Amino acid sequence: MEQYEPERLSAPQLAAMRRSIQDGRGALTRRSLLRASGAAALALGGLGALSACGIPPAARAGDAAASDDHSAAEKRINFSNWTEYMDVGEDEKSRPTLDAFTRRTGIEVKYTEDINDNVEFFGKIKPQLAAGQDTGRDLVIVTDWLAARIIRLGWAQKLDHANLPHAFANLSAQFRTPDWDPGRAYSYPWTGIPTVIAYNEKATGGRKVDSVTQLLDDPKLKGKVSFLSEMRDSVGMTLLDMGKDPGSFSDADFDAAVGRMQKGVDTKQIRRFTGNDYTADLSKGDIAACVAWAGDIIQLQADNPAIKFSIPSAGYITSSDNMLIPAKARHKTNAEKLMDYYYEPPVAARLAAYINYVCPVDGVAGELAKIDASMASNTLILPDRAMAAKSRSFRSLSAEEETAYEEKFAKLIGA
Amino acid sequence: MSVTKAPPAHPAEAAVRKPSTRRRLVPYWLLLPGILWLLVFFALPMVYQASTSVQTGSLEKGFEVTWHVRTYWDALTDYYPQFVRSLLYAGTATLLCLLLGYPLAYLIAFKAGRWRNLVLVLVVAPFFTSFLIRTLAWKTILADGGAVVDALNTLHVLDVTAWLGWTENNRILATPMAVVCGLTYNFLPFMILPLYTSLERIDGRLHEAAGDLYATPATTFRKVTLPLSMPGVVSGTLLTFIPASGDYVNAELLGSADTKMVGSVIQTQFLRVLDYPTAAALSFILMAVVLLVVTVYIRRSGTEDLV
Repeated sequence: MEQYEPERLSAPQLAAMRRSIQDGRGALTRRSLLRASGAAALALGGLGALSACGIPPAARAGDAAASDDHSAAEKRINFSNWTEYMDVGEDEKSRPTLDAFTRRTGIEVKYTEDINDNVEFFGKIKPQLAAGQDTGRDLVIVTDWLAARIIRLGWAQKLDHANLPHAFANLSAQFRTPDWDPGRAYSYPWTGIPTVIAYNEKATGGRKVDSVTQLLDDPKLKGKVSFLSEMRDSVGMTLLDMGKDPGSFSDADFDAAVGRMQKGVDTKQIRRFTGNDYTADLSKGDIAACVAWAGDIIQLQADNPAIKFSIPSAGYITSSDNMLIPAKARHKTNAEKLMDYYYEPPVAARLAAYINYVCPVDGVAGELAKIDASMASNTLILPDRAMAAKSRSFRSLSAEEETAYEEKFAKLIGA
Repeated sequence: MSVTKAPPAHPAEAAVRKPSTRRRLVPYWLLLPGILWLLVFFALPMVYQASTSVQTGSLEKGFEVTWHVRTYWDALTDYYPQFVRSLLYAGTATLLCLLLGYPLAYLIAFKAGRWRNLVLVLVVAPFFTSFLIRTLAWKTILADGGAVVDALNTLHVLDVTAWLGWTENNRILATPMAVVCGLTYNFLPFMILPLYTSLERIDGRLHEAAGDLYATPATTFRKVTLPLSMPGVVSGTLLTFIPASGDYVNAELLGSADTKMVGSVIQTQFLRVLDYPTAAALSFILMAVVLLVVTVYIRRSGTEDLV
């Protein structure tokens, strides 16, 4: 074998070798050294930056929620609500009950329909509330489980019941003592939302559907059943059907209910888990029977007589949407006045006639009959005693339970 | 491709040509808004998200960086079906978009004549309405008792697709097929427009030359048109595949529990379960997977110079 002898290489070859060592890619120059150390510094700094981040605790303890009340000086209130959750006048623009409130009290109401979804709304207000800042909203309406979370986090202001005489006197017994806000220290319900079973008579061939068991097991409904993507409604109705109380169930009960629905998913009995979009499918008959919100059904029935609802003999879930005053809101007293105003029976009747959900106010039957007699006798708006007796609420969950249950439910609905 | 600058012929000339410091900084000043934008709305969120993905904690007690890298592994093992599904659906939709979009783009570029602008407007017109409304419209089109489903049932097409696992129970809605249809429809213009621009640039004389050299139309297409339109194909497929793989609206509205894509999982983890680390880890995994697929694709298609 031939020995390697540098001398045997030609001069240009040697020059090329030297160039590649000194100036080529492999060469260590001052510039490449600087670049390398710069990159190393960036990487280290990046790791440092990663460690420095973190999300501070969202819960705020003590009386941090209270704010300076500017109600007397500023006759205003910023009210955030869901769409289609307020009565409108003949011109479809004016809001009669709100206008009457302004005329009577001189308080301007800036009414915004910026709530479409509980979880999204929570994401929207979370940064300010977690930082202990004003959200710019004096009154918000959120569903009970979110109200419970907001109260638990210390993000709601304690109400002054001296400003709420009507609300205190007229609140229906059914809504008086939720386990997440005993004695209504922070919240008052705007409406009650019964979760019932709805079906399209044309699609079921005239058959009545009146239990979760039937939804999950009736072969004639295969692939034409939907449940709600709200965990508490779907799991709650299934728990009731299994003879468990949604107000006091265990982890094992929850798992059993989810397992029962999982079977429905696996056998393709359940077509989808839906939000509000089930209404169009039910009306067309693509969904024959489903777990549904009562207010939607009343509105669907007005257009499509084939839509029916039933109250399972095992009972049904009632949730509620609640008025809350967020921490640091500037116009607390004004907001309380507005809350109380909607507990005056004539006002409550006018609202209930428009939004078709359960009215949480006692003594509206007479007022509602003046507007529309058929509504006053509709048990989905004014539940009679038998109906109220079947109503159950989903118990409040601890933070850990909420995460664990939502995770299990997310797996059930595919995401 | 590298451009070598010829050295200045004369040292004095170089000195004259050398721009002042201020002039040299002008491009950087012009770049500044873009760089700031990237920094604030891309780089910082990425760092923040990277940090979130290795944190542990809860909403109540706050989250702290604990370098819990296992989150990535857990997220992947828990939700790999959704990942596979996302890539599969997005890939299928991209392929369908290409099959539908190429002939249409070809037609607009070469055959539409004076109708060209009108057809282009027609391609874009549906996109003046909202994404959500367009997707919901498909629920009416594919409704169980609707004309499409009836026709396909009469022709026994749905029996075939059901056997393939694309549909079930003689319906299309709430099946993988509905989701792929929705994805294809919603991203079609992102395929057609780049294809059109690259086809339109092809010099018509090349086709004539190919004809003069006795190439059949098929050969002309294979040897001239298709290679020259490759930049359009690549950018079109990328513009379709990348957003489609992260989409969740189509899967939510047209699909069922068995057709959810990874976008839904991220949304649910972030907004509902409030498990921010898992949501952040899932986003990073999705980004990595898409980046990998796209890199391999670009390498394979050999069009680095063309894009």
